Amino acid sequence: MTEPVTVLDPTAEAIPAQRSLNPRPANLDGLTVGLLDISKPRGDVFLDRIEEGLTAQGAKVRRYAKPTFTKPAPVDLRHEIATHCDAVIEALAD
Amino acid sequence: MEAMYDRGWSDGLPLVAPTRERVLRMLEGTSRSGDEIVALVPPNLVECTVEKVAVNAVMAGCRPEYLPVVLASLEAICSDEFNMHGILATTMGVGPVLIVNGPIATEIGMNSGVNVLGHGNRANATIGRAVQLVVRNVGGGAPGGIDRATHGSMSKLGFCFTEDEAGSPWTTLAEDRGFDRCVDVVTAFCGEGPRILVDQKSRSAESLTRMLAECLIATVSPRTVMGMDALLVLSPEHMARFRDAGWDRARFMNELGKLLMVETDTILAGAGGIDEGLPEGLGGLTLPKFRPGGLLVVHAGGPAGLFSAIIGGWVNGPTGSEPTSREIIR
Repeated sequence: MTEPVTVLDPTAEAIPAQRSLNPRPANLDGLTVGLLDISKPRGDVFLDRIEEGLTAQGAKVRRYAKPTFTKPAPVDLRHEIATHCDAVIEALAD
Repeated sequence: MEAMYDRGWSDGLPLVAPTRERVLRMLEGTSRSGDEIVALVPPNLVECTVEKVAVNAVMAGCRPEYLPVVLASLEAICSDEFNMHGILATTMGVGPVLIVNGPIATEIGMNSGVNVLGHGNRANATIGRAVQLVVRNVGGGAPGGIDRATHGSMSKLGFCFTEDEAGSPWTTLAEDRGFDRCVDVVTAFCGEGPRILVDQKSRSAESLTRMLAECLIATVSPRTVMGMDALLVLSPEHMARFRDAGWDRARFMNELGKLLMVETDTILAGAGGIDEGLPEGLGGLTLPKFRPGGLLVVHAGGPAGLFSAIIGGWVNGPTGSEPTSREIIR
């Protein structure tokens, strides 16, 4: 039998907080849906179509865009979306 | 060994078990305290201590004297301007390319010569690997998770080398970036793997410069201008053309820059039957391929071979990644 080897933990030793998604709305009547463009090419084309569909289903739409697709959305932008919207769709494109 | 693989700590290669004794020995490589915070490591923005870096450096196979370079590299890549978060999240296959300048490179046995961008040197191989293991294990940036690169590249496994300073007639990269030659510096550049550039016939500085320009124009895509940087690694035999002609770094950059101008009409969307390209509104201009300061040049490689190497970059500037230098604290 060889002696057991004890090793040190190379990780952050943190357990990320688990957050569940909000329940899916039964319908979109009167709800405000945020559309977040991450600022990749043609994301606006994709979101224009989504906006048409959502509006036809009775939702109000608010449009947002990240300053750049290469960095996380700024805290202020995330807060604004969370404050004003009932649901959000984030759009990648290319 | 298997227990470490099972926990997801490995980049695919075997790891050295980070026992308490090995980590303590690793910490002897720095004057910094084990509980000092080195950086907030993305993507989870975790406060990372010197000790956590030492644990990962042991696993990567580093010697204690490499630890200061690993620490400075992490400070560089975890800065806001380098934007490691975006580099992890992009589907483009880029990662941090680390260039070490100063006396420490020779003292710890780094390679600037034969196979400089390849294999065979422990310091080159394990410093870059240790940095990436910290990103993976401490920051949580593992492939298949937030890192979903289409192809990836070897720069994600670990890409670190040093410049052949003694053999160069030019100022070093770190000097060009404002540091004294006697200072130990690491510069992080967001780049792909190297592509080899062949010119075995040019015997004049002018001819070789034209060839370099022709190759550099195609970096990332011939249709990008100013938005992506590049790192050019000149070999000793190519550098000899410029040494013989009496060109210094400034003369070379000036002559090369004149050849790196692009007529935008040739790269508009739709030009030549290719949909990719600049919007029509940018037609009729002459623009430089690289923004000011967007082409980094170093001297490295084996003594024989009329090749150089181009390492293409990623989105540059405040909206992407800035080449970032940090002094190495022993």
